[in-house]
Amino acid sequence: MEKYLTLISFGPEGWGWALLGGAWVTLSIALAALPIGLALGLAIALASRSRIYLLRAFATLYTTIFRGVPELLTLFVIYFGIQMLLQKLWADLGLPGSIEMSPFVAGMIALSLVLAAFSAEVWLGALNAIQKGQREAAAALGLTKPQAFRLVVFPQLIRVALPGLGNNWLVLLKETSLVSVITLQDTMFIASRANVVTKEPFLFFGVAALIYLAFSGLSAWGIEHLERRANRGFTRAGASR
Amino acid sequence: MSWCEWPGAAIGLEVLERYGCRMADGFNLTLLLVGVSVSLGALLGLALAMGRLRGHPILARAIAVYTTFFRGSPLLVQLFLIYYGLGGLRLFWQDIGLWWFFREPLYCCLLAFTLNTAAYQAEVFRGAMQSLPSGQAEAARSLGMGSLATFLKVEMPQAIIIALRPLGNELIVMIKASSLAALVTMYDLMGATRLAFSRSFDLSIYLVAALVYLVLVEIVRRLWNFMEARLTRHLALR
Repeated sequence: MEKYLTLISFGPEGWGWALLGGAWVTLSIALAALPIGLALGLAIALASRSRIYLLRAFATLYTTIFRGVPELLTLFVIYFGIQMLLQKLWADLGLPGSIEMSPFVAGMIALSLVLAAFSAEVWLGALNAIQKGQREAAAALGLTKPQAFRLVVFPQLIRVALPGLGNNWLVLLKETSLVSVITLQDTMFIASRANVVTKEPFLFFGVAALIYLAFSGLSAWGIEHLERRANRGFTRAGASR
Repeated sequence: MSWCEWPGAAIGLEVLERYGCRMADGFNLTLLLVGVSVSLGALLGLALAMGRLRGHPILARAIAVYTTFFRGSPLLVQLFLIYYGLGGLRLFWQDIGLWWFFREPLYCCLLAFTLNTAAYQAEVFRGAMQSLPSGQAEAARSLGMGSLATFLKVEMPQAIIIALRPLGNELIVMIKASSLAALVTMYDLMGATRLAFSRSFDLSIYLVAALVYLVLVEIVRRLWNFMEARLTRHLALR
């Protein structure tokens, strides 16, 4: 027992600091991918409701591809693809040496692209849930279309989309474990390395699982909080708690 | 020239011609992994759902912990726990005669995938059962049906309709998640593709694999739309 505690302690023999660093990387890459993925997802949801055929076709194609291809494959294509492209560009420009793609950036791009496809479905459902009368009323008040979206539709959209987006976030948190494969030093990567060094797979993958569980648990609690806040205008008198 | 070299030769993609047969084998392995783990997971998931709804409170609690663990941590962690963790206990498994199982990466993958999808499917079944109005079971009881007959003839057919779509989504998730098998030395579709890429450095092989996964997922999606239309034809929803 003492041996295990030493191994996960913050002392010189322990992996505590390394694991904490890994947890930080996991959280940072998820938080970095979140805003990009959500914004891109909303843009794609709006594109799939557009009057322009090409935009609709693009939205359908995008969601079909990124929802149907394994995330691991997307990650490899982005990582190696951009790497090769950059190196070719580097060589074409006649620059000396070589250039490396940062695994963090590659992971962030891949996770954002996938998150965009899944969140687009949530945004689309929420957009459809907002009655036409809201836009018409906004138009009757003389708001321009962008104004109507920003001031009338979007605030309502957040409330309806929140549960779905919360699920997207939980899936994203777990998907970040894949970036360990392209050598980004996240929780999973540190746990794998600790396993190689100490031959204690149960301990380190168990701790990794607990780190992810803690993140999921905290997120679920936070999402519930946000939902309650978003719904505060909708609870019946006396019905709240 | 065997059949699996044809597609590559036909479109003039050398890497696909060279590794076409490995990719075809990988595709079969992917189908095996998904087929076995999702069907075993369905059985286990159904049992877990029933245990959670109708079982002893302690059992229900234990099942809740199980589903929270498997839904709250990444499948990759679970796979490594089983492959490196359980697979590392060689002496223990040899003692109780189960080493043949944990020695094989294939069985470790199947075990991890089954346990994972069972947790998700259990929640799907539980949600479907809970969404049935209680009057259904009460009416069956008042007609003198036993609890097994009530479950099989009244509750199950209605629950399946509700559970169908989330189950289809779970199948699609597992098709994609099966690619993780490539990380524990398996040559499934993803593993074969990785091998081909590492030898040829031709990125287009990844695009071919992406296309295969896409087609597979699209087939499932169409099939599910068809099944849903067929199962709900008496409801005239639209």
